[in-house]
Amino acid sequence: MIHIDITKNLHGSEGNMQLFVNTVVKQEAFIVLMGESGSGKTTFLRVLAGLEEAKGSIKVGGVIWLSNDKMLSPQLREIGFVFQDYALFDNMTVEENLLFVNEDKTLAKELLAMTELTALAKRNVQALSGGQKQRVSLCRAMMKKPKLLLMDEPLSALDSAMRSKLQREIKQLHERFGTTTIMVSHDIREAYTLADRVWKMEQGKIVLDGTIDEVLSSYNSGHKVEVLKLQNQKATVCVAGEFLEVEVSESVKVGEYIEVVLNLQTCH
Amino acid sequence: MDLTPFILSFKLAALTTLILFVIALPFAWWLSQTKAKSKPIFEALTALPIVLPPSVLGFYLLVVLSPNSALGSFFEELFGVKLVFSFVGLVVASCFYSLPFMVQPLQSGFESLNNHMIEASYLAGKSKLQTVLNVALPNIKPSLITALIITFAHTVGEFGVVLMVGGSIPDETKVASVAIYEMVEIMDYTQAHIYSAIMVAMSFFVLVAVYVFNHKQKTKIGLL
Repeated sequence: MIHIDITKNLHGSEGNMQLFVNTVVKQEAFIVLMGESGSGKTTFLRVLAGLEEAKGSIKVGGVIWLSNDKMLSPQLREIGFVFQDYALFDNMTVEENLLFVNEDKTLAKELLAMTELTALAKRNVQALSGGQKQRVSLCRAMMKKPKLLLMDEPLSALDSAMRSKLQREIKQLHERFGTTTIMVSHDIREAYTLADRVWKMEQGKIVLDGTIDEVLSSYNSGHKVEVLKLQNQKATVCVAGEFLEVEVSESVKVGEYIEVVLNLQTCH
Repeated sequence: MDLTPFILSFKLAALTTLILFVIALPFAWWLSQTKAKSKPIFEALTALPIVLPPSVLGFYLLVVLSPNSALGSFFEELFGVKLVFSFVGLVVASCFYSLPFMVQPLQSGFESLNNHMIEASYLAGKSKLQTVLNVALPNIKPSLITALIITFAHTVGEFGVVLMVGGSIPDETKVASVAIYEMVEIMDYTQAHIYSAIMVAMSFFVLVAVYVFNHKQKTKIGLL
């Protein structure tokens, strides 16, 4: 179990706010953290990783990472972190990036095989594509066999085909290592594919906490969205920062407000 | 031709570069990472030798390092080392004079690094020292090479501070730049030409080497 009870004052683009998270996370849970930009998602991950200070407590499997008189350094927290911009060590090859974390060559080979990177093991990371770099970043994060895997919008810079492929690999790695995972994402489809619990953050606080269906049903409570584009009775609308295409009746016009019911089908 | 002044110049430059690298590395790293309000003061102090006339720096170093000062007498009594008009004194003075040429390229190199890369190293369990040596330094090669070579070349070309703190003692403090000055004074222009031509050629090739290396590095990482 991971017990989180933290507060931190933030100076966001919309003025000052307080990050306040008090929750318990089950071992091996996969949580997708959603929310608008500037709502405090990245800061929350950084506090969990020990990269930023906060008040309160974090306890992971009986080990205190943060308390009023103690802050465990990032080096000592069993964390894997995947950054949006990969943050690979450019002076090293793919394999060296992994072995820098942990010299276990067998584990490195297994991870590279799982993510189809074996052929690129000796290649310098600067020569890789975005998707390949993010897979190396994911493998590197898993080299510590972390108790907690944190991912800050890892797939946002990739095309949809690569996203789907990496979603499968993330799920595979999560299950293989029994890691507890918290992933920041704006993509409702990603949450559907990966999450068994979704948090929605607003102004530094988790305002919704539940399964993806529960969270989406909150969007469905009578909110109307504008029809942005119409083609062959399909309307493009923007829901929770995500553009979706939904079937509509013939009478609907561009600029009109319609009610959209979000479910697995509309999000796919 | 007496090569001793050149040998002294190179010995002085090599020692200064080595000592400054060890001192400036943690200092430049600290400057690049700190959010302390005192940072501009340290940056200004580091840059002072660039703007100060060498005679001003030389004068103060002479005052601070002379046997009458606390520091000078401490070194003389404890280690039997004179800090003025000696080679050791020249090394100490050169370390002050060339400090910005080592610190500034390293600091700007560290500041240009992706901070997430550094954090990824910490999250991989690596200490600050391991991170600097294994991640930060190898990723700022152009800045590192610039710092080392410019510090070396600048120390070889040093004149004012060297003359004031070291004087012109043959085989001890009479480096190439001081030797040229003396040759001109006694109107031995032939020797002065030879010595000066060697200095010009050497400085030019060092700078070409730095620019070629940096150009290659930029091409390699796709900036050009």
